[in-house]
Formats: sequence, C-alpha cells, structure tokens
Amino acid sequence: MAGLLHLNSTLLPSASALRRRAGAPVLGSSSSSRRRCRVEAKIREIFMPALSSTMTEGKIVSWTAAEGDRLSKGDPVVVVESDKADMDVETFHDGFLAAVLVPAGESAPVGSAIALLAESEEEIPVAQSQAASFSPSAAPPPPQETAAEEASPPPPPPPPPAPVAVSAPAPPSPATQGGARVVASPYAKKLAKDLAVDLFSVTGSGPGGRIVAKDVEAAATAPKKAAPVVAARPDVPLGSTVPFTTMQGAVSKNMVESLAVPTFRVGYTITTDALDQLYKKIKSKGVTMSALLAKATAMALVQHPVVNASCRDGKSFTYNSSINIAVAVAIDGGLITPVLQDADKLDIYSLSRKWKELVDKARAKQLQPHEYNSGTFTLSNLGMFGVDRFDAILPPGTGAIMAVGASQPTVVGTKDGRIGMKNQMQVNVTADHRIIYGADLAAFLQTLSTIIEDPKDLTF
Amino acid sequence: MMQSTAAVSISASSVATGAARSGAARRAGGVRVCGLRGEALACPSLRISPAAHARLAVARAVANGAVGGSGEFDYDLVIIGAGVGGHGAALHAVEEVGEACSGLKTAIIEGDVVGGTCVNRGCVPSKALLAVSGRMRELHDEHHMKSLGLQVSSAGYDRQGVADHANNLASKIRSNLTNSMKALGVDILTGVGTIVGKQKVRYGVGFPDKEITARNIIIATGSVPFVPKGIEVDGKTVFTSDHALKLESVPDWIAIVGSGYIGLEFSDVYTALGSEVTFVEALDQLMPGFDPEIAKLAQRVLINPRKIDYHTGVFASKITPAKDGKPVLIELIDAKTKEHKETLEVDAALIATGRAPFTKGLGLENINVATQRGFVPVDERMRVMDADGNVVPNLYCIGDANGKLMLAHAASAQGISVVEQITGRDHILNHLSIPAACFTHPEISMVGLTEPQAREKADKEGFEVNVVKTSFKANTKALAENEGDGIAKLIYRPDTGEILGVHILGLHAADLIHEASNAIALGIRVQDIKFAVHAHPTLSEVLDELFKAAKVNSGLSHSVNEPVAA
Repeated sequence: MAGLLHLNSTLLPSASALRRRAGAPVLGSSSSSRRRCRVEAKIREIFMPALSSTMTEGKIVSWTAAEGDRLSKGDPVVVVESDKADMDVETFHDGFLAAVLVPAGESAPVGSAIALLAESEEEIPVAQSQAASFSPSAAPPPPQETAAEEASPPPPPPPPPAPVAVSAPAPPSPATQGGARVVASPYAKKLAKDLAVDLFSVTGSGPGGRIVAKDVEAAATAPKKAAPVVAARPDVPLGSTVPFTTMQGAVSKNMVESLAVPTFRVGYTITTDALDQLYKKIKSKGVTMSALLAKATAMALVQHPVVNASCRDGKSFTYNSSINIAVAVAIDGGLITPVLQDADKLDIYSLSRKWKELVDKARAKQLQPHEYNSGTFTLSNLGMFGVDRFDAILPPGTGAIMAVGASQPTVVGTKDGRIGMKNQMQVNVTADHRIIYGADLAAFLQTLSTIIEDPKDLTF
Repeated sequence: MMQSTAAVSISASSVATGAARSGAARRAGGVRVCGLRGEALACPSLRISPAAHARLAVARAVANGAVGGSGEFDYDLVIIGAGVGGHGAALHAVEEVGEACSGLKTAIIEGDVVGGTCVNRGCVPSKALLAVSGRMRELHDEHHMKSLGLQVSSAGYDRQGVADHANNLASKIRSNLTNSMKALGVDILTGVGTIVGKQKVRYGVGFPDKEITARNIIIATGSVPFVPKGIEVDGKTVFTSDHALKLESVPDWIAIVGSGYIGLEFSDVYTALGSEVTFVEALDQLMPGFDPEIAKLAQRVLINPRKIDYHTGVFASKITPAKDGKPVLIELIDAKTKEHKETLEVDAALIATGRAPFTKGLGLENINVATQRGFVPVDERMRVMDADGNVVPNLYCIGDANGKLMLAHAASAQGISVVEQITGRDHILNHLSIPAACFTHPEISMVGLTEPQAREKADKEGFEVNVVKTSFKANTKALAENEGDGIAKLIYRPDTGEILGVHILGLHAADLIHEASNAIALGIRVQDIKFAVHAHPTLSEVLDELFKAAKVNSGLSHSVNEPVAA
C-alpha cells in the first residue's frame, strides 16, 4: 500500500549531520585526517518520514535492516507506525546501515534522524561514533568502537534489539528449532507474523501436520479468550515506563484538549425491565445491548437535535444532519470509538450486525477513519463490569457523551405507596454547556427514559 | 464482420477474372490484418467458400509459374514449425508482393499442432486462466467491491469450467490459425521436418520420406519447458506450464520454481483460485529481468499482500513428486555455496525455470551448423551461421529456437523481417522496440531498456539519461475503476529526446505499452509525441503524462506536422 507515497520522503543527505560530526568525539589515532574528511561527506542521516500530512511524530515498529547491513537504494529499512497502518520506509541511497539512533519501539519527531547510513563499510565505525553524539541512550558503548576500528568488517553492535522483535520466522528462514521442523503454509506464516503467533506453539491440522491459516487464527484467539479466567494478572512490565502507542497518544491528546470545553453533567435513573425483556426475546437474533442502547439514544436524539449538535468555533451551533452514535470500546492497549452511522434510521437487526462488524474490525485494527471519527454523540457503557455510575469526559468535536451504568435490581417505592423491585440503571450525560443547557439534557433524558421503559418502538 | 466478408468475395472474384493478382492479394491482406495478427477476433470472417479458395490457389500457382518464382524449387519458402512465428512468416510470405513477383509459394511443416506453444500451451490458454483469476480477484476483494458500492454474495468457481474455457480458447485460436493459412494458400505439411541438405527438407510422420526443395527455409521450431536436473516431472504433482494450463487440479499449496513471467502469471492464477504459493528463485531478487523499480513495486502489489512467500538465492536441487501419501519434496540448496538449506513439503510444484530451444532432429549437422546450448546461431538478419561463423545461404531461424527474444510476437516479427529480406527488401528488426507483457493483475509491460541497462549504456557511450515517472493514482480512469495501484516510467535521453525504455505496472499495462513501442520502432521522439492528443479520461493518459513530464534540453522547435488544410 502507498508504495509511492514515501519514495520521496526519506533519507536526504544532511549538512547538519556533517556539522555535528565536527564536534563529535575524536576518533582513535588510527584514523588519519585524510580519511576523516573523505568520510565526512559520506555519512547520511535517515530521517523520520512524514507519512501523512498530519503526522508530527512516528513510532518505529521494527528495523527491517540491521546495523552493518548493506542497503541498496530503495531497500526497505524500517517500519514506521502511522495512525492508519504500518508502513515500510525505504532508503534513497546505497550504503551500510551504520547506526540505529532510535531503536524499535521508540518514537521520533518527523524529520529527526533515526539512523545513520555510511557509504562504505570502513565508515561504519565513524558513523557509530557519530551516533554517540546524537543520543547517549541509543549509542553503542565506547569500547565497541575501538574494537570495530581494529577489525576491518565491524561487527554490528548488539545494544538496540531491533529486528528480532517478531517471533515468527521471516519467509526465507527455515523454521527449525531443536531439530524439529515446522511446516507452515505461506499464508499461515504471514498470519503468524501479523498476529504475533509463535509457529512452534501451534499444532498443525493440515495435510501431514502442516500448519495452515486456521490453525494460526485459532492459536491467536485461544489465549485471549482464556485470559480472563486463567491469567488474571495483566501482562505489564512492572517497574518500567512504557511509552504510549500511537493510539494511546491520540487518546491522551484528545483528553487534554477536552479541558478547553466547559462541560456539565446531568444524571437520570431509568427502569429497564421492559428493555431487559425485549433483549431476552431478540438476543438470539444477534441483537446486542450496545445496539439497543445506541438505537434508543438515537431515537431520543431525533427529538432533541441540539444534543446531537456540536460547537466548533465557540460562536455557533453546528447541527449535524446525521445521528452517528459512537460507542467506546476498550481494545488491546487502548480505546476506540466505532461509529454506528445513521443509528436512528437503521433497524435494530442491521444495527446489531453493523456493530459486530465494527467491533471485529476494531479488534483487528482495521477501522477506516470515517468508522471511528464521524460520531456525533458518544456512548460509554461500563455496566458489564458492575459499575453503577460514572462520568465521562466529552470527546472534542462533539456535544455530549452518555455514561451508562449497570442495570441492577433496585427496591423502589411506587407512586401508589407500594414498595417493589425493578431493574434500574443510571445514566449520566456530560455535555458542552456552550450549546447544550441543563433543560435540553433533562428533556433529552426524559425522552430516552420513555423510549427505554416502553421499548416497542426500538424494533419498529 | 460484414465488411470483411465483402472484401474477401471481391478479391476472390477479381482473381477469377484474371485481374491484377497484386491488388487481390493486397485486399485479402487487408482482411488478414485484423484476422491474423489478432487471430481471436476476426477469423470467422475469413471463411471463404471452397470454390473461391480453389480459384485462389489455382490463380496463385499460375502466377508463380509465370514469374518463374519457384521454377527449379518445389517452394519459394518452406517454414519448419507452425507456431506463431512460422504462421506470421507464412502469411507475410503469401501476401508479400516483391518486385514484379506476387506472393511466395509457401509451405509450412508441423509435426505437432498448428499454433505451437503460444496457442496450445502458452500465452493463449494462460490468458483464459488469467481472465478468470482477474474476475475472481475482483469479486473476492470485499473492500474493492464496497468502495464501488457493489454487493456480491460469495463468489466461487468450477475448476473444470475454468479448464474448459482455456482449452476451448486454445482450440478456437488453433483452428483460426489453420483456416487463415489454408485460406491464403499456404500448404500445411504434416510431420517432422529435417534439413537434409542445401535448400532441401525431408518430412513425414513416423518415417519421414517426403523430400521437398525450397529456395529459402525458415526454422521456427520454438521451445519446450526447461526442466533442470534433479527435478522429476510426473505431470500430476510436479509439472511444467504444459500441464498446469490444463488446470487438472488446484493444489492447496504449490511451489513455483522460477519467478519470471510464467511463474508470476501462474502465481496470479493459483492465488486467485485459492492456492497458497511459495516461490523458489535462484537469483537474489524476485522477478529478475524486470526493471528493478517495477520489480519492487510488483512485489508490493502482486506478492506481499497475497498468500505467497518466497525463497531467493536458492536452487531446487531435487524435487520428488508426491507418492504413497507423502507430499512433494523440494530440496533447496544455496545458489552460491551449494549447501543444503531446507526441504519444502508442498502439494505441488510448477517448474517455471524458463524454456529450452526445440532444435533436435533438425538435421543441422548436415549443413555444418552447430547449436549453442540448443539455440541455432543467427546474425541480426536471422540468417543461420554455420560452425565456421559463415552465413548459411537461404537458411533462417526465427523465434525461440534462436533465443534472441523468446516471445511469440518477436518470433512473428522476425519471420516478417526474413520474408522482407528474401523478397528483396533488406530489413533488420529493432529488438529494442519489441514490447513484452506479464498479464498479472495488474499487468506489467515494458519496452526497450531497463533503467540500469540504460545507465550502463549511457556511461559507455557518454550521454545523459533522464527518468520520469507517473502514478496510476493520478489517472482519472484508473481511479474510476478503483485501480490506482501502479506506476509508469519513461527512460529517455534529455539531449535528443530519444525514448530508451518504458515500463508500466498498472491496470491494462499490456495494452498501454504499444504507444511507446511504436514510438521507439518509428523513431519518434519525446518532444514530438508529447503533442499527440489522448482521449480523456483514458488510461492512455498515463503515457501522455510521461511524455509531457519529460524535459528535452535541446529546446529546438518541435516538428508538429503542418496542418493539411490551413
């Protein structure tokens, strides 16, 4: 994908690299001044490319070339994570990858040097010493340099553990371990790499015990399903600081931005007996509670367009023409809000199917931008964890978000003086008070509770 | 169709009335142009009534006798091998009108089936399979369909139906070729042809016993799949393109040995039909022979996103067919160190390691010609060279058998070039103007030099080389089709504007290349062709874009044709 996009975006020779070189640590005495000036002209920086117009920094997923590798113009060097996909980045010059300045897993601003490319093998040590001046953390320890100076083909220094990140074997390498061979079909190997499944842990079901695609898929989903039961302990590297992924970075940025919006909250308790009954009845047809709630919310929003509006400039109402319900979903390492577009117009069954499709895509990180950033109203539901009430932060660009708690059996007094049990849930709407006022929210919530307490309209 | 039929009947009657044969032949030729180069299209229009055909043949014989063309010889021209090369030469020969001489009396000897490899076991049936694979690919690409707003429920295929399509196409084209030659009076002689001496050929089935003499002989015996040593072909699980085109099975996992045109096209077919593919390539890069930049993009578009993996820099030293429940075993050794690297276990293996000339039994030893690795040595005019390096008079070799450029249309072009020479018009074919295409989805096509070749030539001869590129993403028609993947690049001399090479990867690249190959063949320069107009919106604007982007230094005025009427 986008093979052409970044042809132009990498590796231009940089004068700054050369200037910096002048101030770099002095080389061993073996390097003559003649050599040094020849050398200086031939070490180039590899820059973090801009993969999209909005990208300001990128994260290195993996280095496809290792230090010391010979590269020809156009060879892929590094995989960079953008907000949409991981992209291969190619070099624009021949040479040797001399030093990796930003190891896999770290981020760098667009345009900053992420590696050094030496034109010839002899220049690798020079480039490596130069690398030391860039960032102490990424540079190889000094003794290595002298060693490299002596031996003519310098061994690549071990520190950055870049290219070994993927456990699945690369296509051309034999899948051999302890003498046992692994036979896996081409697609199975590809999937294993994509899903980070170790092929050695997979039992093949194909002809002759061959591992085929479905085996890898099964292996990829199996441990995840088992996780909540067996391994309750979350898998985090305790005692270390883990940088944000691109998605987490985006969440962080949005949350801080939301502080600029004057928000307020209005809560409401809704009886869900009728909704629960309806749900039980149509659950077998693939209808989910999320879809039901989204549908109910959308129907209420039809009557209260201001709650579906947003304030873009602090001076006006933007009344959205569609009711697009974004529903927050926790996914591995982050949070995303797949959007049910035109939720008021779709019937509950289509909506449920659509929802399932979106969730699958979200888990596979395949959502298209319009599928997660076109929401006009957001739902966040923590009811499944037993949370009875919480409040949500308003996502920038929308007018309101509703936090939904668990529906629980509650003792209630009725108007005729009796005491009874009813299933009730608490909802709490956070809204932008520049455009949505208390009365608006109150009216909206009243409509919503009417719809939920008499949900026959939800199924048309 | 109607028009063509009319033209034929006119020519037939004009022959019968003894009118100028040349005019008749020319007009019959006019029909032929569409009928024979594009065999598939127009041959039904060539059905001449038997009576008309007989009159044509008689008229021809009389004409030849009158001019004394064949006099002491049975034929003016005998072609050994009725593949696309021999066919092209034969048709040009019978319609060729030299100095005061009407068409040559021509015979073509075929020991197998008319049409040769291309029609029966090559380009033609593979195009049928690729037509299927293209559609399957499209129907299965949910994203593509959705973005066009189409909804298609699951697409499937019937293997036998696909195989029949390929087979029917081959037999249709074969009969078209046969009919076209018969209609124009080419004698089709059955059997294996052997050169027994100067201007003398023996042929026949079983015991060749018929001897004919010919003023000129063209060898056009073609090639067969090359199977390296150590590979055991059983035709079921280990096979060559000959078997694969019959599509007797669609294996779950097939190894393709060789990643050139043939391997690449088959990977397109097999993956579209649901197979997984492993390439085995002896060189360090997939798709050697393509312009490196095109090869790299091709890898991104045609290999990486598909269910394909690959081993490069390895030889398949031994391949054993599947038997007794064991899979096909492929032993890989390092191409340089020859060390054993790995053994693959797959369901099938396609050997696509190139083609070997089919020149055994031609009797070349009778005329002191020694083949080189099986190829018949020829000079730039396709004249056969003997063991001492001298031209053998009246003997030519075209097509795969001479190994100059192993493409069907190159063979045909060489044949036409030879006929030009023997009718008294010297002609040297510019091989750099011959386009080549790989019919994957999207297609790849090229003409002239690759960028490294051009730069090497430029270094040697001391000129500059410029390259301009454009993307299919910038082409309206490609975007309308939702097929924006692809690039086109033009390699040219900025000092003269000469086009050195054009390479295209993208939708319908194979059809697009001809504007460039014609420009090279006719010597048209960038600064002139850039003023030619292309219909909008069409894919051909991709080339327009290239021509317009090319900067020629001279700054001299371009030679736009003067308008006819001011």
